[in-house]
Amino acid sequence: MKHLPAAPRILMETLTFILHNLPAIGERALEHISIVGVAVGVAILTGVPLGIAITQSQRVADTVLYLGSIVMTIPSIALFGVLIPILSKIGQGIGWLPAVIAAMVYAQLPIIRNTYTAIRNVDPALRSAAIGMGMSVLQRLARVEIPIALPVIVAGIRIAVVINIGVTAIAAYIGAGGLGTFISRGISQTDIRQLITGALALGLLAIACDYALLWVQRRLTPKGTPLRPSPP
Amino acid sequence: MIRLDALTKVYATLQGPVAAVDCVSFEVAEGETCVLLGPSGCGKTTTLRMINRLVAPTSGRIFIAGRDTGAADPVLLRRTIGYVIQQIGLFPNMTVAENIGVVPRLLGWSVGKRRRRAEELLGMLALEPAQFLDRYPNELSGGQAQRIGVARALAADPPVLLMDEPFGALDPVNREVIQDEFLRMQRTLRKTVLFVSHDIDEAVKMADRIAIFRAGRLVQFAAPDTMLAHPADEFVAGFVGSDRTLKRLRLIRVREIMAPAAAGDARVAGAPAVAPDDDLRRVATLFLEHGLDVLACVGVDGSLVGHVTRAAVAARLAAKPLR
Repeated sequence: MKHLPAAPRILMETLTFILHNLPAIGERALEHISIVGVAVGVAILTGVPLGIAITQSQRVADTVLYLGSIVMTIPSIALFGVLIPILSKIGQGIGWLPAVIAAMVYAQLPIIRNTYTAIRNVDPALRSAAIGMGMSVLQRLARVEIPIALPVIVAGIRIAVVINIGVTAIAAYIGAGGLGTFISRGISQTDIRQLITGALALGLLAIACDYALLWVQRRLTPKGTPLRPSPP
Repeated sequence: MIRLDALTKVYATLQGPVAAVDCVSFEVAEGETCVLLGPSGCGKTTTLRMINRLVAPTSGRIFIAGRDTGAADPVLLRRTIGYVIQQIGLFPNMTVAENIGVVPRLLGWSVGKRRRRAEELLGMLALEPAQFLDRYPNELSGGQAQRIGVARALAADPPVLLMDEPFGALDPVNREVIQDEFLRMQRTLRKTVLFVSHDIDEAVKMADRIAIFRAGRLVQFAAPDTMLAHPADEFVAGFVGSDRTLKRLRLIRVREIMAPAAAGDARVAGAPAVAPDDDLRRVATLFLEHGLDVLACVGVDGSLVGHVTRAAVAARLAAKPLR
């Protein structure tokens, strides 16, 4: 392949690399998905109830959303730096656990904010009707507010997943594995094949997850509501 | 059936406490429709919302069928009171059948029973069940949606119905139609209805009693004819309008003032005539249009049953109202 010009040669070499390393790429992708999946799963379990709870008080909501925005501005590499000494106390300073915790932290804000906004935006007349007809708070949430808010909540989860795929790529530097490993090694070994492989796989994973969740979002949109999400 | 006893709601504002509802007392008998009437901000909606405890009274009590509602669990209380609001508030994520079945479901009815009840109510409202049961609210016109709103309030057959400007968002033609439908239903259902309105014509049409409010106080509580004939003060007179005598014409039926036909009387062919159930607006119109002093009154078969005279109309308007 030495006779080819630079760009096509690199492409061919990368393709060969990918074909020879498919099992490893699959394994890294699964590591990546496990980190993002666990982090977003936990973030849904905490963020959605918190987002609903803060609709009760404007002051608490403002505070929570403000704190969430501050957390979002922390660079992930800095957050890993903070987590390493803390988690070292239980022997988990590097690897899977700090990666999951960091990803979970970044997933909170989009999920909390979208849940809060979606519940707040439910037409007050519907709330009034639901209360006036004799629904308890939980019945109102379960039968009216959450079903109507669900598409927007899932939109928040989509954002969280895409952010987390990026955060987890950096977690390769603290030994969490995942597709970021190809990028970190590509840089340290000046191996452009690994670099492109990692970037390509991450991009495809993010697009695939986003489309999968868009499908979920559409399935969960109640038939009668006008909020049918459009493709990204 | 519903008794309000010195009901008061005071709100704290920057300018100090303001009484939105000030010591209001009245009683609505079972099966009657009482319209709470007044300009916006007069306390009529607040009064209504205190009855199903969406607003907590500052003081005073409300009795429904003799029971103090203050002692009841608000959530359970509301399931026994039908509630219709101007914005309708149909749940967009539920079909028409599911919307109508909301309170029955809260009360634990089976799916089949809820669906049969929805079919029955749609039939009563002149909406074809097969066509509407599985539609979503965004597939309904304004008038259809408001009918479903009424059906939803009636679903669990509550004895009491609260309606907060239910037809306020409809165009005048649709409003007339749905008002007539509601009156027809109410004749058989005999619910005790509290109905908030700011429209004197609607109040005169719908009400057995009108409670007129001003700045949180109940100014007059009377039958529509009494209120039109004898407004309690300048405010009521101004609110019901200077044409209040014309408005009374709608409340009086021909049969009330008709002189029965004597044997041998015959109808003049081609002359205008009225029916015993027409109201006096039609009589007055014919008097004026044709310059008449007397009108024939004919039954459904076209036979002469009596006469209405100009003098009889004047006498009825001058007389003390019966109610």
